[in-house]
Amino acid sequence: MRRTIVGVPALAYAEKKFTNFKSSDFWQGAKVAGATAIEARNVIKTFGTGSEAFRALDNVSVTIRQNEFFTLLGPSGCGKTTLLRMIAGFELPTSGDILLDGQPVAHLPPFKRQVNTVFQSYALFPHLTVAENIAFGLEMLGRPKSEIESQVTKMLKLVQMEPMRNRKTNQISGGQQQRVALARALAPHPKVLLLDEPLSALDLKLRKGMQIELKRLQMETGITFIFVTHDQEEALTMSDRIAVMSKGKILQVGSPTEIYEHPADRFVAHFIGETNFIEADLVEQNGDGGRLRLASGAEIFHPHANHPTTGQKVSMVVRPERIELAPLDESCQFAGTVRNIVYFGTDTTYHLDVENAGEMTVRMQNRWGHQSVLQIGDRVGLKVESDALQVLRD
Amino acid sequence: MAATSDTVTDALADNGRAQVAARKAASRTVWTRWLMLSPALITILVCGLAPLFIILAYSLMKPGDYAGVICCKIVPDAWINLFFEQDMFSDAMAPNYAYYIIFARSILMALFTTALALGVGFPTAYFIATRSPKLRNLMLFLITIPFWTNLLIRTYSIIMVLQDQGVLNKILMKLGIIDQPLQLMYTNIAISYGLSYAYLPYMVLPLYASMEKLDFRLIEAGYDLYATRFQVLRRLIIPLVKPGIVAGSILVFIPAIGDYVITTQLGGGTTMMFGSLISQQFLTARNWPQGSALSLGLMALVMIALLIYAKKAVGRAES
Repeated sequence: MRRTIVGVPALAYAEKKFTNFKSSDFWQGAKVAGATAIEARNVIKTFGTGSEAFRALDNVSVTIRQNEFFTLLGPSGCGKTTLLRMIAGFELPTSGDILLDGQPVAHLPPFKRQVNTVFQSYALFPHLTVAENIAFGLEMLGRPKSEIESQVTKMLKLVQMEPMRNRKTNQISGGQQQRVALARALAPHPKVLLLDEPLSALDLKLRKGMQIELKRLQMETGITFIFVTHDQEEALTMSDRIAVMSKGKILQVGSPTEIYEHPADRFVAHFIGETNFIEADLVEQNGDGGRLRLASGAEIFHPHANHPTTGQKVSMVVRPERIELAPLDESCQFAGTVRNIVYFGTDTTYHLDVENAGEMTVRMQNRWGHQSVLQIGDRVGLKVESDALQVLRD
Repeated sequence: MAATSDTVTDALADNGRAQVAARKAASRTVWTRWLMLSPALITILVCGLAPLFIILAYSLMKPGDYAGVICCKIVPDAWINLFFEQDMFSDAMAPNYAYYIIFARSILMALFTTALALGVGFPTAYFIATRSPKLRNLMLFLITIPFWTNLLIRTYSIIMVLQDQGVLNKILMKLGIIDQPLQLMYTNIAISYGLSYAYLPYMVLPLYASMEKLDFRLIEAGYDLYATRFQVLRRLIIPLVKPGIVAGSILVFIPAIGDYVITTQLGGGTTMMFGSLISQQFLTARNWPQGSALSLGLMALVMIALLIYAKKAVGRAES
């Protein structure tokens, strides 16, 4: 299911187009995918001065397309929230510019930008009812009463909160507050919706439900979503594209598949999913790829092994599920000893001590019967397809 | 077997003893509570309810010739006089318009004072609430400084500012804005200025208390949802700090409506207010029952106003 959404862009695009078509009478602003919604140009943000100065954003440039579910992913303090707040208008860039639909907006106050935010704390107005909260933005825009009324009803339907319309916000649960916050931000039909870790306060089950819900809302409304999270799984399941951030810099931008399968550097590889790092010597390279010699002496041909200098040590990553355990023979690139076995139901994770490569993790689906065969202390071979390997930039 | 029944009896006896002990402990707790409450209760009884009762009793008696009251016949004259006066010649009863005007003037003055204190206090409290915690404490401390100064001295210093040759007039004349000193003293403006100055801390402190609790992320959300600064103030900040506004307004309105010192000093006796009327009844007219009835009437007025407000607030909360 997950793969159909994130793994096959063409299908996701078709789904999106279809839903846009279905609801185009309502969402008149449905946009053509591909055009730029938000652009950050060489944005630098420094907090504090002198020796205490802290550079939260370090020359960040990124383009976010219309109708896209874009995720800013990174550990806390990486600058993702700062970038989001800058797009919303709560922070001024120290230098650089933010463009919304091609217009520079960095110096506009938040209430002059067609951008709405779903806050981490929801920030619902406690003195207003659910319906009044949702109507707030439209009222501030001076929309006629009848339009506000019908839009609020539509929004309540959209987030399935109709029965709660006259409740006060402290009379509904956390998950419901989340929905109201979403409806409130979507009601004025912004060009871009910003979501600042909106799911972090929910328990696991609600969070899973809301992930699917958010994706549905994004498709139905055709609004560009910029989602901030530190949860890599959340990012992978929902996003069209992900920007991985660390220490104020964007390290890699790409689809979930690209980010997961072809991490650009060690940080991205490490941050997203489980990873095995393998060192190798780049023996030879030509236009088709390169030949890599592993520490064990085995050689692998890798089609994307383009690295500046031949004869250098390079780091490669391989995901645990892309390694196969097999009886030890010449076709295996590595040999190792099973150190620990962790059973997960759908699959089993093996921790191995691998000769000449240190510790490695291998995950195998529980349909081969291997889990009843292998035991701690067994010596096994490891097979890695060359396209499962990713040579890192650094 | 015997051992078992012994154990059972013991257990029952234990249970009974425990119950008795629990009851004793409970009654001890109740007594301890009353004992702990007694200083407060005695204070309220002796210093609050007893004098009030004396005033009530006095208001129902005939005035003495020079002062005091004639004990102990109950007559409702003073209360009737609050609303009606006896015509000097015909003995017919007519509405006591003089009192009505004084009541109305005092209420208006107190309302104006409250509005003025709110107008000055609101931005002040907001400013303080948005500073760093260290600075906040210093500012709150500064706000309370006038409290330590004697009220009479504070009032006289206002006179120094407002009088014909006072600071304000001199500055305005030096600046060439006016040619002749403005008549500021002995006006209603002077009174409400003095009153709102004196009671400003009562407005600022509750306002600050509710603004300090204000979640500024809500204000950010307001800006995000296209609210301008003014709309954020009107639609978010004011409704959210309403408890503080109400508390501050009550705390200013009540002392302002019955104030005596400031109104007489700054008003110069030219405009009769509720407070001066009461004092006049006690000191000049030597009509203690009338003064007592007026005080209680003022109290009733304020309490009715508060009750109406409370009822409205409860009604709103329920709906």
